[in-house]
Amino acid sequence: MKKGTRLALILGAIPFITLVFALPLVNRIRPLVLGLPFLLFWILLWVLLTPLILFIAYRLEARFNPPDDGDEP
Amino acid sequence: MSLALVIILAVIFVSAAVGIYAGRNLKMNLENWTVGGRRFGILLIWLLMAGEIYTTFTFLGASGWAYSKGAPAFYILVYGALAYTLSFFILPMIWKIGKRYGLHTQPDFFITIYRSRGLGVLVALIGVFSIIPYLQLQLAGLGFIVEVASNGAIRSQTAIVIAFGLTCAFVYTSGIKGAAWVAIIKDVLMIAAVVIVGFGVPAIYFGGFGKLMEAVITKMPEHLVFPGSTPDMNVLWVMSTILVTALGFYMWPHVFGSAFSAKSHRVIKRNAVIMPFYQIPILLIFMVGLTAVMVIPGLENGDLAFLELVNRTYPPWFMGFVGAAGAVTAMVPAAILVLFASTLVSKNIYQAGFRPQAPEDRVMRLSRFMVIVIMTVSLFFALKFPNELVPLLILGYDGVCQFFPGVVFGLFWSRVTKAAVWAGMVTGVVVAAALILSKNDPLWGINAGFVGLIVNTAVTVLITKFSGTARDSVSENSMWTGIGPDKGGAS
Repeated sequence: MKKGTRLALILGAIPFITLVFALPLVNRIRPLVLGLPFLLFWILLWVLLTPLILFIAYRLEARFNPPDDGDEP
Repeated sequence: MSLALVIILAVIFVSAAVGIYAGRNLKMNLENWTVGGRRFGILLIWLLMAGEIYTTFTFLGASGWAYSKGAPAFYILVYGALAYTLSFFILPMIWKIGKRYGLHTQPDFFITIYRSRGLGVLVALIGVFSIIPYLQLQLAGLGFIVEVASNGAIRSQTAIVIAFGLTCAFVYTSGIKGAAWVAIIKDVLMIAAVVIVGFGVPAIYFGGFGKLMEAVITKMPEHLVFPGSTPDMNVLWVMSTILVTALGFYMWPHVFGSAFSAKSHRVIKRNAVIMPFYQIPILLIFMVGLTAVMVIPGLENGDLAFLELVNRTYPPWFMGFVGAAGAVTAMVPAAILVLFASTLVSKNIYQAGFRPQAPEDRVMRLSRFMVIVIMTVSLFFALKFPNELVPLLILGYDGVCQFFPGVVFGLFWSRVTKAAVWAGMVTGVVVAAALILSKNDPLWGINAGFVGLIVNTAVTVLITKFSGTARDSVSENSMWTGIGPDKGGAS
């Protein structure tokens, strides 16, 4: 597997870990963060971080993977 | 004629006119009609994908769930973000195969990858049966919103029939491009409505989100953690439902097919990066639902929460604006749903299943004809049984997510056989349907579709392991050999 793809996949696993598998650990109201119950704050935080994570994955792929010969103009 | 009524009618007629105008000067063949000639840049793709994902169900359902169920509604905020993450990895590969073999639909993809027209017909059948309740739900939701928003001036049935005619018209003339253009109007109106109401009602009744949250935490703290105000939607249910919906998301034939409209795989990838921002309006919709649970508790139908609260808070013309936004929010997904359902019938059931030699212009004519047939069927259900197909929609989601193993194995595992995918898909659908129809959903707290997906994956893997033949040699023995739709399979 190309290095860029591998790094991107590792990053791509983060939202699945935080937004699915971590849910039993964060199913609580306190502590309140920014006035939100902890569960809602946690979900919102990682939903908003997802585009950032994907952006980094996009840059890593562009940097480490050789240009794609299947590219159409 | 009230101002609300004028606003609603003006917006839906202007939208349809824009949709029809989008298709002028376009020579209509299947390539232009279903995938917009594969020329959509990042803006149109974003609008199109957002257009088909944000439906009346999001509008009314997300606020309704936050109102009546509480925390389990949060899954709606999550699954989209995960679906976009998945799409970052698999959709560009699907696009490349689509480009290389000139594919238009999801069954085309299965036919090409597995060299099996039979599998294509199966996927098309599951797809069409999953789409019809979804389409029916859009029409019924539209009727409901317009009737409430116009304060009864337009009856639900009248609204449904008008929207039916207009949507058929712009799909018929302009295909996918018409839907993408109308999606511009839809997005602007819907986001405006959600932002105004989402910030507005918590501020008006409580003085902001923080105070609203304080009130809910004091009065009903259990509403804000799983399982909320439900008996059985515990954390295991939420986790399995998020997975089913995130994996099933791009497996809807219309969402999968829309990916082919992009002009390059990079457009798809960049789109996956920005899509999660589109989840933010859902948070605002939750806030409206939570405000409603404090201000107008005890509604029998939670789906009414959004509209009831707006009605109580804002002047009537604003209700007209919300009604117009709601109507276009139903018309855009309805257009894309019916477009792909029609193409599945004409290209993947009629042509691939029965008439491989049918010329393209006949398939195209049949597609356009099927728009009217499928919309009429959905119209009939929407008028006749406006409330009874929600369970079928759930079944539809559980159905389409059974495509996931076939798609992913098709991309990454060259040994997987068509027989294994057939068997897995059929078992998955049967297991999910049996659990739902026997009222065993959720099963031990787990979403029935997820149980089906696990069985499906296990069956696919086991049969592939034990049959031990590579994909190509299997297809050589098949009755479908050599009559694939395009230049043969990907190997």
